[in-house]
Order: sequence, then structure tokens, then C-alpha cells
Amino acid sequence: MRRYKLTNPPIGKHELGYPVDPVLVSGRGLVLRRGGRDVLDRVDVEVRAGEIVTLIGPNGAGKTSLVRLLLGLLRPDGGEVRRRPDLRIGYTPQSLHLEPSLPLTVRRFLTLAMAADRQHLLALLARVGLDDVLDRPMRGLSGGELHRVMLARALLREPDLLVLDEPLSGVDINGQAELYALIGKIREETGAGVLIISHDLHLVMARTDRVLCLDGHICCAGRPLEVARDPVFQRLFGQRLADVVALYRHGEDPHHHDGHHHHAAIEAGEPQECSTTSS
Amino acid sequence: MLDDFLLRALLAGLCLALAAGPLGAFVVWRRMAYLGETLANAGLLGVALGLFLHLPMTLTIPAFTVLLAMLLLLVERRGLLPLDTVLGILAHGSLALGLVILAFMEQVRIDLMSYLFGDVLAISRADLLLAAGTTALVAVVTGLFWRPLLSMTVHADLAAVEGVRVERMRLVLTLLLALVIAVGMRLVGILLVVSLLVIPAGAARRLARTPEAMAAMAAAIGCAAIAAGLAGSVLWDLPAGPAVVVAAAGLFAATLALAPRAR
Repeated sequence: MRRYKLTNPPIGKHELGYPVDPVLVSGRGLVLRRGGRDVLDRVDVEVRAGEIVTLIGPNGAGKTSLVRLLLGLLRPDGGEVRRRPDLRIGYTPQSLHLEPSLPLTVRRFLTLAMAADRQHLLALLARVGLDDVLDRPMRGLSGGELHRVMLARALLREPDLLVLDEPLSGVDINGQAELYALIGKIREETGAGVLIISHDLHLVMARTDRVLCLDGHICCAGRPLEVARDPVFQRLFGQRLADVVALYRHGEDPHHHDGHHHHAAIEAGEPQECSTTSS
Repeated sequence: MLDDFLLRALLAGLCLALAAGPLGAFVVWRRMAYLGETLANAGLLGVALGLFLHLPMTLTIPAFTVLLAMLLLLVERRGLLPLDTVLGILAHGSLALGLVILAFMEQVRIDLMSYLFGDVLAISRADLLLAAGTTALVAVVTGLFWRPLLSMTVHADLAAVEGVRVERMRLVLTLLLALVIAVGMRLVGILLVVSLLVIPAGAARRLARTPEAMAAMAAAIGCAAIAAGLAGSVLWDLPAGPAVVVAAAGLFAATLALAPRAR
């Protein structure tokens, strides 16, 4: 099997001749309070090099808050966030509100991250499935194009960790499959870790190594099939969706079987009972 | 014809326009116009305290605008109140306090109109020096930090994740704004100074396809307005500050008529 083992970090640009910490970012016991309410209650999470982790949960579950904590955009009221030193993060926010008074071409938007020549940018755009839109104004892009451009900007800096907040909104079904294939490919080529937030589960699940189900705290966690079978997940998302996930996983990917023994992180986030769903 | 004071006014005005170009673009993009108004009003407090303590206004005015800018950055963080409410309190509070202090000093007679609407005759050598220094500072700082400043303006979170020190950049921008306001209020007055930031940048918006072009065009339009306004003041004996602003507004109207629709 061609899968790499996570205990041996994949060979990539970080192969420096000494062991590199495979944990890119982790949060331990994260608490976030807003308006007297615990938005997040003692959440543990980690993302390792080379794995795709998907964060799911109903609206208001604290998904975006958790990601903002991990990115350092918010400070937790409890617990701690650790990022590997010099970690390069590529981030696509859920939405991009652009100020109409600020004239911005796609090229200028991309090069806000770092300087790059035209050829490089064109290659990057082609990779995320866009033609030459470099000289188009950002405000003329469709929702799907905008998300692809954001992904291109995230990739421009050759990140160690990709954090994608609802990356597929506005992208049509074919485009979604394409982008997921691309994210999988990037992970394999560069060994980057990927953290995806989604409540649009179908394709996500098919491409994910590990799922974290969040509802203020981690309700269940594990490989997609395990999570789909979990009664807590079924309660939160419905049996039908669980069936969908099982369908996607069935007969797909050769890797989840050998995933059993190399993944210490799963044990840390083993499914636990979901207390908020009690009446 | 070209008297000394007029030359000083022209040079100070051109300096101001050059600095106000890029900074005005940020004021428009980041919707900081009301912040500018507030800082300008703090300038009157600087005038009053300068008179009261017998200190040169060339120093007390920028000192007060900068002080208020710092205060605002502190207050902004723990906000129960929306920012424009806080700004309204500080803007009118400091304007009123300035007026009260001025009224309190019976022995001092000042021409309030010259502070509200500017006074070209009042531009001293020291004012010109401050204007030139401020312009140089704005040029150097915005040049050095252009990418992070712009990145933070487009999307603060993305910029922060990419390593931009967003808080620091915001401080830099606010302090530069405070200085430019202090310089501008001597020339066109407390009530008109923000227009020198906002109108040229607004006029440049329709002509520009990149942020850099917009900043440069704003500076050029500002310079043209200064020249036209001062010329009108000399030729037809118009009040210089208002004449400059009218010229700027005229240029803005021209871009509305001439330029294609916004892109």
C-alpha cells in the first residue's frame, strides 16, 4: 500500500534530517465563553502532518470559534493552543467581504500573501481549476470562483497546514469533487495537514482521515465510518446522513484498514457520550 | 505676487496633499472618516491648551491628536458601545472642552474662525517644517509597510494568519492619521480637514484599478486641488481653506461625469 505512516512524517519540504514534530497544531481543554455561555467546553483537538481532519457540527456548535482559536485569532478563556514553531498556515475564511471602494484584481489579492510572478500565479490558478483571471477585479468573481481564488492564496505560501472554513460554499457538485481531489493530492505531495470545517458532509467524509463532531464539546471522533455508526452522530445529523457516509466509505479507499494501528490521536478523541443531547 | 506666506502655504499644502493621498485611501477603505473628524476636533483642544500653557501650537496640536488616537485604540477594544458612539462622545466632548477653555481665558482673543476653517496666513516656518516632516514620515512608513497595511485592510484575519501584526499596523495607521490631521487643520481648518483625505481618494476610486494607483491618483488630485484653491484665493480673494475643498469637490464631480462606471 502506498500510504505513508503518520508515525513517520511524510517526506516533504520539511525533511531536515532530524525528526519533525508531526503535531502541527493542538488545543487542550479549550474553553471559550461568550455572553455567559460556554461556546466551547474543554475541547481537545490536534492536527498532524499529512492527515485530513474534518470538523463537523450543527450551526452554532462553535466550529468557526474553535478554528479561530487554533489560528490564534481568538484567545481561549481556558486551556491552551500549541502551534509548531514557524508553522505556515494557509487559511480560507468562510466568506470574504470585500470593500467596494478598494479596487483589487485577483493578482493583487493573491500577492498580498507574498510576491509571485505571473507564471507562478497562473500555474496556481490552473491547479484550483481557474483560467487566467489574474487581471479580473475580485468583485466580479462568482462565489465558486472566489473560493477557488482563496484556496489559491492559501496554497501560494506552501503551507504546512491548510485550514479551510466551509471551502465549498458556492462551488457546484463537480467542482466540489475536483477540489476535494486536489486537497487530497496536495496532502500527499507536500505532507501538509488539512483541517476542514463543513456541514456539507457527503464528499468531505469520503476524503477524510478523521472526523471530529463538535457541539460545544467533542461529541464523537474517529474515522468516518466509526463516527457514522455512533448513535451520537446519528442523533445530531440523522440516520439518513449516516447511511450516506457509510455508502461513501464502502469499498472506497484502501487506507482506512491500515489506519487502525498508526493513529494514536484517535484514541485521544475516542467517541464519548454527548451530554447536551440529554433532555 | 508670490509672497512668502503664500509660498509657505503652497508648499505646506502640497506636502499635505501628498501625504493625504495614500492615507486618505486607507481612510476610505477602512471607513475611518469619522475617526479623522474626531482627531481634528481634538486639535482644538490642542489649540486651547497651547494658548493656556503658552506652548507652541505646532507642537500641542499634533500632541493632542496623537494622544486622542492612542486613547481611542485603548477604548476601542473593550467596547460595549459601538465605535461611532465612542467617537461622537470624544469628538464633541473635546471640541466643546476646547471652546470652554478658550472662553475661560478672557485675556486671550483668538479668531475661532481661523481654526475652524483654516488660515493660510498663519502657516509659519515651523508649520511648514512639520508638514514636510509628516509627509516624509508617511511616505517612508506606508512604503515600508504597504503590503501588510493593505493586506490587513482587505482581510484582517487572513493577514494575521499570514503573519501580519494587525494590531501594530492599526496603531501605525492611526498615528499617521493623527499627524496628517494636525498638519491639515492649520491649513484648511478643523471642519474641513477630513475632506482633504476623503475627497481626493473618493475621486481616485473610479479611475483606479489597483490600490496603488488609487493612492497615487489621490495624491495627484489633492495637489491639483491645493494649487487651484490657493490660486482662487489669490485671484479672487476667496478664503483659502474652503476654496481648496471646493476645488477638490469639483474634481470629484468631474470624475463622476468622465470616468466609466466603477469596476
